[in-house]
Amino acid sequence: MQPGTAACADRAEGTDAPLLVEASGIQVQFGPLWAMRDLNLQIRRGEFVSLVGPSGCGKSTVLRLLAGLLPRTAGEIRVAGAEPSVARRHQVRVSFVFQDATLLPWRSVAANVSLPLELAGVSREERACRALEALTRVGLADFARYYPQQLSGGMRMRAALARALCNSPELLLLDEPFAALDDLTRRQLNEELLALWLRDRWTGVFVTHNIAEAVFLSTRVLVLTPRPARVAAEFHIGLPLPRSDELRGEPEFARLVGAVSRALRACVQPPYGSDQRPT
Amino acid sequence: MKTVARYAAAVGPPITFLVLTLILWDAAVVLTGVERYLMPRPADVWQAAREHALTLLRAAVLTGSAALCGLCASILLGTIVAFAFSQSRWLRRSMYPYAIFLQTVPIVGIAPLVISWFGTGFASIVVIAAVISLFPVVTNVTTGLLAVDRTLAELFAVYNATRRQTLLKLRLPAAVPYLVAGAKTSCGLSVIGAIVGEMFAGYGAAMPGLGALIAQTHGRLETAYLFAAILASTLLGVLFFSVASLAAGTILARWHVETR
Repeated sequence: MQPGTAACADRAEGTDAPLLVEASGIQVQFGPLWAMRDLNLQIRRGEFVSLVGPSGCGKSTVLRLLAGLLPRTAGEIRVAGAEPSVARRHQVRVSFVFQDATLLPWRSVAANVSLPLELAGVSREERACRALEALTRVGLADFARYYPQQLSGGMRMRAALARALCNSPELLLLDEPFAALDDLTRRQLNEELLALWLRDRWTGVFVTHNIAEAVFLSTRVLVLTPRPARVAAEFHIGLPLPRSDELRGEPEFARLVGAVSRALRACVQPPYGSDQRPT
Repeated sequence: MKTVARYAAAVGPPITFLVLTLILWDAAVVLTGVERYLMPRPADVWQAAREHALTLLRAAVLTGSAALCGLCASILLGTIVAFAFSQSRWLRRSMYPYAIFLQTVPIVGIAPLVISWFGTGFASIVVIAAVISLFPVVTNVTTGLLAVDRTLAELFAVYNATRRQTLLKLRLPAAVPYLVAGAKTSCGLSVIGAIVGEMFAGYGAAMPGLGALIAQTHGRLETAYLFAAILASTLLGVLFFSVASLAAGTILARWHVETR
C-alpha cells in the first residue's frame, strides 16, 4: 500500500478511534474469475471512507462482504470483532444504501423509511415517530404519505437515505447512491450527506467512481485496482469540516482530486501484471 | 363539443364497420339464396334474440355464475399451489413441468370426464371452469413469488429479515401484479370453460345455460336462435373481461405499480 500524497491528514479522525472494520487477505472468486485476490482494509469508527476504482473492479463486492451478504473464498473480515453476518445481527447496526433507491412501490414513503425498524420489531408508534424524524432530516417530511412513484429520482434517493438513517446506523454502507442523479442534485445530496454524517458520526463506507464526490465527502479515500481488487493508494483528506459546495473551487480540493485521479490512472494503465489475469 | 368530437372519432369507425358488415351479410344471404337454417339474416337473429330475451338472460346469468365460481376457485387454489411451488424447490422441480404440460390438455376432452365424476349440474360446470382457468394463475403467481428483485432481497437481508418477514412483506406483495395478470387471463377462460361444460352437461331443458342453449338450438336447426346464443356468450365474455380489466386497474393503482 503506497502512502498517499495528501498533506495534512486529519489526525483527529481515525487514528485514535477503535477499529470497526478489519479485513485482511480477502479473496473472492466468482467461478474462474478472481474478484479480489488480497484485499486489506481497516476502518476506524467515525471515519468516512470512499472506495474509488475502475468500473467492475469489485467495489460493490467489498460493501456486500462487509454487510455479510456475500461469502468469500478466503481471508478474514471482522466487523466490531465478529463475522459480518453475525455482527449485523448482534453487534452493530448496519445500513445499506443501494445504487437504486430500492423502495417498495406499494408502501408509502413513511412506511418504506420505517421498514428496517419494522423488521426489527419496533412498535408502530415509535416507528412512525422515528420515520418522520429521519424524513425531516433529509427534507422529505411533507412527502411522508406519498408513494415512491410520485417522487423524482433525487427525492427517492433522499427517501432511501432516510430509511438507512432510520435505524441510527453505526456502519453505513453506500453503493454509488448518487450515480443515477444529475450533477446538481448529486452535489446537493453530497453536501446533505456530509452534514448528516457530521451530526451523527456513523462510520461511512462509500463506493463511487466520481473522484470529486469521494474527495468532498471523505476523511480517507482508497483507490482500488482493477480485478482482482486490492488497495493501490490511500489518501487522507484533511480538508476542514464542515464542508460546503464552494470547497470544490478551492485549489487544495483540485489538488487532491488531481492526486487521486493520477493514482487511479496509474493503476488502470497497462501493462497488467500476470496476477491480474483470471486463472 | 371537443369531447363529443373525440367520442365520435373513437366510436365512428367501428360502428361504420359493423353496419357495413351487417349490410353485406344480409345482401349475401339474399343474393345467394342460401337456406335460412344454414345462414340466417341479421334481422332473423335480432328477431330470435328479442323473442327469447328472457331465456337468454337467464342462461347468461347461470353461465356467468358458474364461470365466476370457477374463477374464484381457480384464483384461490392457484395461489395456494403457486405458494407451495415457491416454498419448496423440490415440489417445484417435480411438479411444475406437469403444471405447464396440463395447460395444453384440451378442455373439450376433460369435460365429459368431469361430468361422469361429478354428475350433470352446476358443480361439474364450476369444476370445468376452474380447471381451465387454473393454470394461468399458477404459472403467473409462481413466477411473481420467485422473481423478486435481487437488491430488494439484499435489502431485507441487511436488515436481518426472517424468512417469514421476507415472505409476508416482500414476496407476497411483489407477486400481486402477477396474480392480477393471471386472473385477467383466467377470467376469459372461465367463461369458455363454463360454456363448454354446459354443452356436455346442461341442466336439462327447463333451465339451460348458454352452452346448453347452443347445443339445443344447434340440434333443432334453430340457427337464428343459435346465433343469438353465441352473441349472448360473446357479450358475457366481454362483460367478464371489462370487469376484470377495471378491477385489475383499480388494484394495480392501489398497489402503485405501473400498469403493464
